[in-house]
Amino acid sequence: MIERHPMDQLLREDRIPHIWCSGCGLGTSLTAFMSALQDTGISLDNVSVVSGIGCTGRVAGYVKLDSFHTTHGRPIPFAVGLHLANPSLKVVVFSGDGDLIAIGGNHFIHSARRNLDMTIICVNNFNYGMTGGQGGPTTPIGAKTSTTPYGNFEFPFNIPHLAAASGATYVARWTALDARRLRKSIHEALMKRGFSVVEIISPCPTLFGRFNRQGTGLDILNSYREQTVIQHGADPAKVGIEPGGKIIVGKFVDIERPTFLDVVNQGLKGKFGPPVEKPRAEELAIPSVDE
Amino acid sequence: MKEPSTAEKPKFWRKPLDADRLQVPKGKVHIIKERCKGCGFCIEYCPRDVLGLSDEFNSKGYHFPVAVNEDACVSCKLCDLLCPEFAIYSETIEQEEVEKGGK
Ligand code: SF4
Ligand code: SF4
Ligand code: SF4
Repeated sequence: MIERHPMDQLLREDRIPHIWCSGCGLGTSLTAFMSALQDTGISLDNVSVVSGIGCTGRVAGYVKLDSFHTTHGRPIPFAVGLHLANPSLKVVVFSGDGDLIAIGGNHFIHSARRNLDMTIICVNNFNYGMTGGQGGPTTPIGAKTSTTPYGNFEFPFNIPHLAAASGATYVARWTALDARRLRKSIHEALMKRGFSVVEIISPCPTLFGRFNRQGTGLDILNSYREQTVIQHGADPAKVGIEPGGKIIVGKFVDIERPTFLDVVNQGLKGKFGPPVEKPRAEELAIPSVDE
Repeated sequence: MKEPSTAEKPKFWRKPLDADRLQVPKGKVHIIKERCKGCGFCIEYCPRDVLGLSDEFNSKGYHFPVAVNEDACVSCKLCDLLCPEFAIYSETIEQEEVEKGGK
């Protein structure tokens, strides 16, 4: 008998076990996303998951949903196309910091600026895992990577601040250890209208952890227990990650702002035929049996 | 010295006022040992110390968890959520069934 897991119905089982290392936080992040998705009750036929390249980029290949594995840095442009061509879809971009913030950085800020209605889940492991642990735009100052053997000399991006300053309507950060809060936050982000961003701080014991002597994945999770501080509503400008400093987690931004399609519909009202309406997430939900 | 596990640590919360009326759910944990990569997340973070590390290896060469204290599981499902490998999950045994002695 093949043993089955309750999550298997959302997984392409033929591709499991996944390639992620023992102690990597990506599997935990994916579980949090899938259980949040189940909790929202959104019809799975209306969900699309788009990933780019990298360890996190494998997500698109593991979920049994409409999904696409794009070229490096381009999940957001692909997602924008999906969303604008079919506004009734719930579009989720699930990718890593290197993919979304480095190579795809421009797409990230401009989609936030235009407030496209989609959810971005950005797993931040502070380096480029899949290609051998090179330093990237989120590598903390002083951290060792394969390309910064004397420590990183570049100031990193603070993802929540970047997202909030660019115009995102929902911004939160959690670690892979905060699994329950993370699930709730992803749920909120999925139901939020506008550009919602959830950053997940996740252990990469094989590369970033090894270069920086952080120990196993479990040691890194234990270190989050000491290092993280929950501060809902904290000023995103002040949540940058400093070496040896506290990691501030929580929901930082939750605001209302007209989305790109709202503005388009408003601007074109009465000019060309009926407007392109995007159903709200509640309307996409499967009605319960007793309704 | 080994760090005390979550369950052994001093508790700072008070007893709920309606504690006598609350029913503690019962759960049963299932482990798909061939999927496990031995990260130990479930063992460390199970709030009831249900799990321990097996001495055996699975076919991938990892030590997988075993339920050493099976009856203590409250089906909080933290292990389901934390496991990166979809290798462990818990099931809530209905209170009724427990009373009837079912598992
Ligand atoms: S290299 Fe790092 S991020 Fe990639 S699977 Fe391994 S632990 Fe995870
Ligand atoms: S469901 Fe909760 S109590 Fe039961 S084994 Fe998992 S973590 Fe432990
Ligand atoms: S969390 Fe999952 S992979 Fe890690 S030891 Fe437990 S069952 Fe194995």
